[in-house]
Amino acid sequence: MKLLKVFTRGLWNEIPPFRLVLGLCPTLAVTRSAEDGLGMGLAVIFVLACSNMLVSSLRNLIPRQVRIACFVVIIASFVVVVELLSQAFFYPIYQSLGIFIPLIVVNCIILGRAEAFASRNGIIASGLDGLGMGLGFTLSLTVLGSIREILGQGTFFGAEVMWSSFRPFSFMVEAPGAFVTLGILLAIMNAISKSHQS
Amino acid sequence: MEYIVLVITAVLVKNILLAQYLGNCPFLGTSKRMDTAIGMGVSVIFVMTIATAITWVVQYSVLVPLKLEYLQTIAFILVIAALVQFVELFLKKFAPPLYSALGIFLPLITTNCAIMGVALLVILKGQTFPEAVLFAVASGVGFTLALILLAGIRERLEVSAVPMALRGAASGLIMAGLMSLAFFGFVGVDGSLKALIQ
Repeated sequence: MKLLKVFTRGLWNEIPPFRLVLGLCPTLAVTRSAEDGLGMGLAVIFVLACSNMLVSSLRNLIPRQVRIACFVVIIASFVVVVELLSQAFFYPIYQSLGIFIPLIVVNCIILGRAEAFASRNGIIASGLDGLGMGLGFTLSLTVLGSIREILGQGTFFGAEVMWSSFRPFSFMVEAPGAFVTLGILLAIMNAISKSHQS
Repeated sequence: MEYIVLVITAVLVKNILLAQYLGNCPFLGTSKRMDTAIGMGVSVIFVMTIATAITWVVQYSVLVPLKLEYLQTIAFILVIAALVQFVELFLKKFAPPLYSALGIFLPLITTNCAIMGVALLVILKGQTFPEAVLFAVASGVGFTLALILLAGIRERLEVSAVPMALRGAASGLIMAGLMSLAFFGFVGVDGSLKALIQ
């Protein structure tokens, strides 16, 4: 029961990047299309779950003073794994994500979970926390990518979805569209959780 | 003359925050007040310049000759983490007020994607050493410029009647989007400058 809670927390109560405003750069940069958002999300799930489990299993061996450096090395190793795997098997996605694959290293969500959760909890709980947070992140990125792709290009996962006379807003696929869409989604989430409380 | 174009491109046309989506977590985190924005901006300029210079040397005098390019991600993040630690100690000893003002954001420079992003971009673009250092300084200045502009806007927003749901990060993101739209006005300036020189 407790483990289920650990898993589902990342899906709504603490869903990144909305509740924890961390990890914004990939959120803004790779959500030009739903496909890119999903690809980035999957890479983050892998790195987050693996690094959480490894950090958790080493938590009694790592001295407190150098823990951050150790976490960073662990995360970086898994990122290199993702980088090489995506280069070998998913080359188009590897190309469209560009430098944002190595930049998963500096995604604050991953280091944040290692520090706040995995260094204090068991291996299974940490793995589930990583999976939950990763899934939440993937969900957010895919939603954001879908909105931007539908409005900005009139397509969804590459398939035409809008009527034929639809003129795409090129604003949405550029940087300003990313900031504004994320800001509006954040405001909607705030409004929903406020009305739940009252 | 090409150096001037390089600087203008990095500061205005391809602003690291508003057009390249790098460094957004500290962008929203430290832009609530002007003094923290300036402190963060200055430390980013400083760390970014040194980090890019060191990672450039590491890439071309260690990784490439030894054919270890796949370790780039790990090597770069280690250099940056060590450097940030050093800056933290330096500020603690010589500028305690600044140190206490920046609080938790100084260690977070390690996970600032702008630092790592610029280090990776100069390698990706194949820039020479002076170009790389200049690009890093200019990117840092661009970061500081955007941060200070946003801090100015958010200080005003603080005292005005903003709807509850939009308070905080949501309005910050929308403001960043509008600023990014304004910076779109500079698109093409680099091209015309280049033409002017020739």
